Amino acid sequence: MSQDNGMKSGSNLEKVFRAGHLAVTCECGPPKGADVEHLKKKIQMIKGYVDAANVTDNQTAVVRMSSIGASAILAQNGVEPVMQMVTRDRNRIAAQSDLFGAYALGIRNMLCLTGDHQKFGNHPFAKNVFDMDSIQLLNMVRTIRDEGKVNSGDPVEGGVSMFFGAAANPFADPFEFRVIRMAKKIHAGADFIQTQCIYDMVRFKEFMKMARDMGLHEKAFIMAGLTPLKSVGMARYMNRNVSGITIPEAIIKRLAGVPKERQAEEGIRICLEQIEELKEERGIRGFHIMAIEWEEKIPEIVERAGLYPRPAVA
Amino acid sequence: MITAERKPLSELVECVRPYGRILLLGCNECVTVCAAGGRKEVGLLASSLKMAFSKDGKNLDIKEITLERQCDPEYVEELAPHMGEAEAVLSMACGCGVQEVARRFMDKPVFPAVNTKFMGASERQGIWSERCAGCGDCVLGITGGICPIARCSKQLMNGPCGGSSGGKCEVDAEMDCAWQLIWDRLKALGLEKRYEENMPAKDWRPGRGAGPRKIIREDLAR
Repeated sequence: MSQDNGMKSGSNLEKVFRAGHLAVTCECGPPKGADVEHLKKKIQMIKGYVDAANVTDNQTAVVRMSSIGASAILAQNGVEPVMQMVTRDRNRIAAQSDLFGAYALGIRNMLCLTGDHQKFGNHPFAKNVFDMDSIQLLNMVRTIRDEGKVNSGDPVEGGVSMFFGAAANPFADPFEFRVIRMAKKIHAGADFIQTQCIYDMVRFKEFMKMARDMGLHEKAFIMAGLTPLKSVGMARYMNRNVSGITIPEAIIKRLAGVPKERQAEEGIRICLEQIEELKEERGIRGFHIMAIEWEEKIPEIVERAGLYPRPAVA
Repeated sequence: MITAERKPLSELVECVRPYGRILLLGCNECVTVCAAGGRKEVGLLASSLKMAFSKDGKNLDIKEITLERQCDPEYVEELAPHMGEAEAVLSMACGCGVQEVARRFMDKPVFPAVNTKFMGASERQGIWSERCAGCGDCVLGITGGICPIARCSKQLMNGPCGGSSGGKCEVDAEMDCAWQLIWDRLKALGLEKRYEENMPAKDWRPGRGAGPRKIIREDLAR
């Protein structure tokens, strides 16, 4: 699959990809504090239904338990973490140090992000870092893994065999540039890609065609990002407030067309139809299901999508 | 130029309240161009302060002087004959000018009357916007003449991020996405291929990465 066809990390997620299965990941947002029990409840909900779970890094710049700490708890409790790391809050010294710490704690997947601007969070008065962007972070961690050197060129003591991922947003602007940015991320070191949640299927397929034309589907494992909509209210809210997400009018009409108490079920049906459609899309190697504050629906979605049981790979 | 905005009158009133005689300083350079602290603004502020205090029955004695450049010791020296009378100085120059006055006159309290904002350019009358972050290692030659460090909210070197929508930045719907501007310009120049190369992590040392900076031109410093 990737250039040398060799295992990079031996993580479960990587093994599932390399064995040719459609992979399934979800998101597991850490608590806004040190409430381990709350986190463990979420872990129990998703355990066995996903190959790995993304642990967000202070997403939308709201302070939460660190992604390293929460990822370690996931690993201890039987769910493989994809530790997210943003450059908003750490410079390259901290990022590399955190990478080593995470690896030492048994974390084998990492998603490299720039991160949401602090303006959106609960500390808009904080100073950001942005020493690097996500592409530079990818390049740095890949160099640590593949060349055994930190950013300064100094040698790394002990190997770091991690599986690195990146996000791609096919729905932001300028459109013709989005696939180039994904190519830049893959070139920098992304082994896998998780896309922003897909609602506009026409645009997404156009994006995938451009990706295939560039051969990107053979250079990285591309996962389609999906977020089931709980209600027409949520759909309208996301349309208005989440930059780079456009929910087509047809979906909004469909949700609005059923009574309020049945909208959640309709949202899940839409998500399942999207999964069915994308299973046929060449170059899609898995699904990243972001059920926002709705983790309890993950088992149902995975089962109804025909993606259960998850493969056991050696 | 260096841009600035005058502080609120109430804050300035509190700064000078303990004093009876102050020196109010303007600067004829950048703050004049951005209408924050030139001769005209000095006059307006002096009137406002006098009025504010006269309501309380206090007569504030204000000496108004606008220097050619407040960041230059040669011009700041012109203040020496007037400094004896003043109990405090209120400077409408940028932070550089305020500090130069404070450095020269050690025993006088000096207060800033403006908030120094950024290095920017005039978009049109009355509107200025940030253009340069003074990173010390200019990349404009490869970014189509638009600076991602000063003009991208996340200082991305390989943008635009997923928050670029309709040419605007997700941080503020009124703010242009710098990377959309870069992309458009590179396309206009037929140079979009250049963008496909990854820009390496920046060495911040020429910027603030190595502490406060100094330029020494041996040929001029002698």
